[in-house]
Amino acid sequence: MTHVHDLAVVGGGVHGATAALFCARGGMDVALLDRGPLCREASGVNAGTLTMQMTRVALIPYAMKAHAMWASAPQWLGHDVGVVVCDGLSLAFTEQEAEILTFRAGKRREAGAPISIIDGKAAKRIEPGISDEVLIAGHCEVDGYANAYLTGLAYRNALLGAGVSLHENRRVDGVDVGDGGFTLSTPQGPLRARRLLLAGGVWIEPMLAWLGVSLPIKTLVNQLAVTERVAPVMRTVVGIASGLLSLKQYAHGTVVIGGGWQALGDRERGGVELVPERLVGNMRLACHAIPALAGARLARAWAGLEAETRDALPAAGPVPGVPDAYVCGSVHSGYTSGPYIARLLADRILGSEPEMPLFPIDRLLRPEAPEGTDA
Amino acid sequence: MNFDLIVLGGGPAGGNAALAAAEAGLSVVLFDEQPTAGGQVWRAPWPGFDAPGGSPERRDGDALRAALAASNVDLRFGRRVWSVGGNFRVDAVGPDGNESAEAPRLIAATGAHERVVPFPGWTLPGVIGLAAATVLLKSHGVVPGSPVVVAGCGPLLAGVAAGIVKAGGTVAAVVDLAGATDWIAAVPRLLSRPATFAQGVGWALKIAGARVPIHFRHAVRRVEGEDGAEAVVIGPVDAGGGNAAGPEIRYAISTLVVGHGLVPGAEIPRLFRADMRFDRRLGGHVPVLDAEGRTSVPGLYATGDGVGIRGAVAATDGGLLAGLAAAHDMKRLDAAAFAERAAPARRRLAGVAGFSDAMAAMMALRPAQASSVPPETVVCRCEDVTRREIEEAADSGATEVNQLKHFTRCGMGPCQGRMCGDVAAELLAQKLGVPREAVGQWTARPPLRPVPLADLLGRFDYSDIPIPKPAPL
Repeated sequence: MTHVHDLAVVGGGVHGATAALFCARGGMDVALLDRGPLCREASGVNAGTLTMQMTRVALIPYAMKAHAMWASAPQWLGHDVGVVVCDGLSLAFTEQEAEILTFRAGKRREAGAPISIIDGKAAKRIEPGISDEVLIAGHCEVDGYANAYLTGLAYRNALLGAGVSLHENRRVDGVDVGDGGFTLSTPQGPLRARRLLLAGGVWIEPMLAWLGVSLPIKTLVNQLAVTERVAPVMRTVVGIASGLLSLKQYAHGTVVIGGGWQALGDRERGGVELVPERLVGNMRLACHAIPALAGARLARAWAGLEAETRDALPAAGPVPGVPDAYVCGSVHSGYTSGPYIARLLADRILGSEPEMPLFPIDRLLRPEAPEGTDA
Repeated sequence: MNFDLIVLGGGPAGGNAALAAAEAGLSVVLFDEQPTAGGQVWRAPWPGFDAPGGSPERRDGDALRAALAASNVDLRFGRRVWSVGGNFRVDAVGPDGNESAEAPRLIAATGAHERVVPFPGWTLPGVIGLAAATVLLKSHGVVPGSPVVVAGCGPLLAGVAAGIVKAGGTVAAVVDLAGATDWIAAVPRLLSRPATFAQGVGWALKIAGARVPIHFRHAVRRVEGEDGAEAVVIGPVDAGGGNAAGPEIRYAISTLVVGHGLVPGAEIPRLFRADMRFDRRLGGHVPVLDAEGRTSVPGLYATGDGVGIRGAVAATDGGLLAGLAAAHDMKRLDAAAFAERAAPARRRLAGVAGFSDAMAAMMALRPAQASSVPPETVVCRCEDVTRREIEEAADSGATEVNQLKHFTRCGMGPCQGRMCGDVAAELLAQKLGVPREAVGQWTARPPLRPVPLADLLGRFDYSDIPIPKPAPL
């Protein structure tokens, strides 16, 4: 007699791992499968920024909750991912950027992010490392960063501690629905569960296709770079009005430079290669914001995949037409907000009403809509 | 600028690849970070330095430098390549800032780097690599501070010790992982290259003439010192390279020159995700190649010590073949001409195979060398990761080297695991009880070597930065 789990989670990133963790703690017998080790894609290679100033307005209430979760990770996750809570600044160097910043910060403030607009001098008092050319800045005390590469180790320990059946390096090739549950086919043999959660990041599109559901997911290929260890050049998280920069210096001295400049790649091949002009552009922007950074050496650059739905809002909720199947992913700035949104979904899977609304995908399922009709 | 072929690396392999391709009519650009051609083995004296000439390496290097200077290869020396992209595009920082070149074909001939087998004290000042010592001697005419102990394995041991003696330094001892019987067993194959064998014998005589004690089947146990190396303690090893019972011997030193063979610098094929394989005898992970150096990636060729440690002679002909293959693949050399020009190189390669095998066997990492590393010894010096921490990562669930990197930062520093990678992977595999292949290899990331941001930035105005459109609000 094959063992039947209460829940099978496919995808071991922040979303899948958090949902698995809370479902297991809620009493379910949970299996978590990933084709590789935990958190080795977006959840492990992102810039680790935990900021409100790059978060979509609709997600601010969730991101605020998630920020608090990250800040208290040792309590609920049980393991440290190197979270540092610090000030965050979003800089404007031109009048046009000042306008964008004022508008965007205002919208985010209305949504609950404690962002205030300050002048360049005030910004420099908060972050002495910034350029003298800053006109104004958005200042938010709810900001910070984590060591994204520690995420897998932390979740691994937590999941094992919660009794989750962890199946790393176990690829799922398809799912059969029937007999009151789901049968996952894997190279190591089938695995059965009464409920199914698809949490495969940019791969939720092919995963949902197993269930006959067509949800187009755009793959962003974000470039990132890190310097060698250098003496302190900054103490906050720094971005710019357009959102195309994220900068922070870790305690060990390296500076991680991101902002979502696009590399070449796709879902099938991953981040294939970086675009030199864009890397240089990103570095110029970084050194314009923090001039002392120009004295550092670039140690390494890479690309990570980020999923985006048509409306750039999450896919987090039940799968329409397939009872007991759920999806969780495509959360913009998903590393920041992911744990909270996945926890909400875990509440739903456990049978209680989440304290904030989920993001059901029904709105995105318009199979008849020809390509290019979306604004 | 557009070319038919980009060659990365100006050593025996890359230099000859560029020459062969250019002679066949290809427009070729060659990048190297050194000021002149020759690679590590055929180094020229650094501009302004006077290093002793007269060695076969100097002669071969001068010949290559002269041939390249007389060719129409576009020579880009003093360039640090920081990006290598598909179809192929190379970006490099040079004296005039950033420059790029594009070509449908690329030959990677980026050589090898030294393998570090860690021991307590290996990161102290005064401990340098065997290959580093050859750079000092060949390029700068600088003798490591005496007294020197020269330790490790392979043919460089005797070459460096003899070089130091010849240059007036004092070698306190030579410490060889191999036994005298291992060398004697290799003699028949070494004799396939009489000139090189004679050079080796000359080194041995030089060392013997200076009455330098040679400790066969010994290895460094530790280096002692506060702010720098003051003494080295050596001890006996067994045939597998692991620590064996027997008395330790202590030498007061100013410098320890230590090297345990070379690891192929196969980052370019790895960057392009070419098919790779692990071959301990070739020094580690190497690209899967056909007989002419074609990787599994169309248009990408690899040759020289970066595809397996075979030495300068094999690199010369391997490079020649790759250059000819690139010309042939571009239809600039018909099948008959290709076969005719390639035949002598193929013959020479077959002739040198026995010699290369014997040398490679001397330099390959022996598993027991890794298992003899003490628990608290730093393996990854960039990030201060000890053997114990590597093994704890295995206990925490790390099953391959990139996960090890995430768990411990091992290999995450500026050298990208070039120094620690081989032994770290060996330790992880041993701890997990799996074959070495199972723990994989580091993902290669640009820029491969650290590059100053200031060099990348160039001069710019803020308004010139092509900032993409903002993310949705």
